[in-house]
Amino acid sequence: MIHLENVSKTYETGSKAVRDLNLHIEAGEFVFIVGNSGSGKSTLIKLLLKELEPTSGSIVVDGLDITRMKRRKIPMYRRKIGVVFQDFRLLKDRSIYENVAFAQRVIAAPGREIKRRVPEILNMVGLAGKYKSYPRQLSGGEQQRVAIARALVNRPGILLADEPTGNLDPSNSWEIMNLLDEVNRQGTTVVVVTHNREIVDQMKKRVIAMKSGRIVSDEEEGGYANED
Amino acid sequence: MRISTFFYCIRQGMQNIIRNKLFSLASIGTICASVFLLGIFYSIVVNFNNIIREAETKVGITIFFDKDISYDQARMEEIAAQIEKRIEVQSMVFISAEQAWEHYKDKYFEGRPEMAEGFAQDNPLAASASYEIYLNNVEDQTAFVEYLKEIPGIRRINYSEMAVRGLVSVNKIITYVSAVIVTVLIFVAIFLITNTIGLSISVRREEIRIMRLIGATKFFIRQPFIVEGILIGLIGAGIPLAVIYYIYMNVVSYVVERLKLLSGLIVFLPVHQIMSILIPAALALGVGIGFFGSIFSVRKHLRA
Ligand SMILES: Nc1ncnc2c1ncn2[C@@H]1O[C@H](COP(=O)(O)OP(=O)(O)O)[C@@H](O)[C@H]1O
Ligand SMILES: [Mg+2]
Repeated sequence: MIHLENVSKTYETGSKAVRDLNLHIEAGEFVFIVGNSGSGKSTLIKLLLKELEPTSGSIVVDGLDITRMKRRKIPMYRRKIGVVFQDFRLLKDRSIYENVAFAQRVIAAPGREIKRRVPEILNMVGLAGKYKSYPRQLSGGEQQRVAIARALVNRPGILLADEPTGNLDPSNSWEIMNLLDEVNRQGTTVVVVTHNREIVDQMKKRVIAMKSGRIVSDEEEGGYANED
Repeated sequence: MRISTFFYCIRQGMQNIIRNKLFSLASIGTICASVFLLGIFYSIVVNFNNIIREAETKVGITIFFDKDISYDQARMEEIAAQIEKRIEVQSMVFISAEQAWEHYKDKYFEGRPEMAEGFAQDNPLAASASYEIYLNNVEDQTAFVEYLKEIPGIRRINYSEMAVRGLVSVNKIITYVSAVIVTVLIFVAIFLITNTIGLSISVRREEIRIMRLIGATKFFIRQPFIVEGILIGLIGAGIPLAVIYYIYMNVVSYVVERLKLLSGLIVFLPVHQIMSILIPAALALGVGIGFFGSIFSVRKHLRA
């Protein structure tokens, strides 16, 4: 599903955020990416979203070589990928329903499809009762669920999450991780960047550890690497 | 495009205008001013042109010949042929001494034909055969009269210096001045609309960032702003059109009422004739300003 070959990214500042990365994630996997702040995790996510171009190497996602992709194909490519962030990135001036519907409007989904699909996905993330609320009226955990609903409403094959529990307390963090696990069990490939040691250790998933732009370990049913 | 997407974009565009009231109003105001002045100037210039054209068809130059030539048809025709070769000349009409007398008689002895009887055998206007010369362009009149004066055998040249020449130059001045003012206003309008939309874009930065991440096309991201520009342009053109329609109707009827004397000379074009040109022109101008203003803005602020 996701294949990186010798991928490096050096920012204009000279900072080498990702160095010679080789990484393969198959369809249906659930993968944690862990590592200290500044180890290149977010850069990796941005490369996968084609927000950034790698300095060298090739990235193939779902059979598409995205390093050679034309600009105008990028939107279509991004529709195959759902993404959530630490800061939720919801539209504050719109209801929960509209925030989720937004993702469908953007891809010009038919009105009927929006009316059917939005309640369905809000139900899945456990927010069916709050569709009229605004983001500021929800807890952090609930806001992140909305963001997940928005990421999934168009049925992407891959869900990328960059520190989705970074702003949440432990119980909300667990709820979000369990939701992501559920999403994965329904067939979506899930890649989660996180600092949450406890959750990573308990969930027994594949764990990829990064340090200074390199992968330093990659274990099935791994734990959070014991680092200095 | 889907209908639902179309309406979504229209709604977003209207929202931009409402959120951004002050700047939108400023933009609408300048477009109103441009279109309003354009409309007023257009109405004036077109009516002036109409009056001038009317004058051109009615007002001719009349030439009379020296006494000896006036009795000599062949020599008159010779001179006439020479004049008719000039490119300024549209047409020439010969009026014989008899016709001149008939005309004079009808006019001055109207209802009392017996008074004219006394002159029956002896045309008092015997030496008054003339040619009426109609020019293609009244503007050429002065120069043409100068030319006629040089021709030997012509005794008198009747022409009306009158308003015609003044009208022509007034009309030119109005056309130039209005072209300059309207052009300046159009630039101001484009500048303002570009900034208005720039502001709308900055308000929606976060939204645009999210849209990009979830796979919105460049077209989809840009169209609410284009819609905003076009709507501003439409509103900015619609208001002054309505006002001009109202003013035109009233001014025309006022002038026609008050200046009955001039009614023969000043014939206003009907309002529908003015509007049939002005409405599409003003809408095109308004929408054009809005469209290009928003394109400039989107190009500037939404590179990627
Ligand atoms: N836009 C940027 N310009 C320059 N350097 C950057 C930029 N973004 C990140 N970096 C640098 O790249 C390295 C990796 O950053 P990042 O991928 O954000 O790490 P992580 O998400 O693991 O904390 C860091 O040294 C950071 O300072
Ligand atoms: Mg990061």
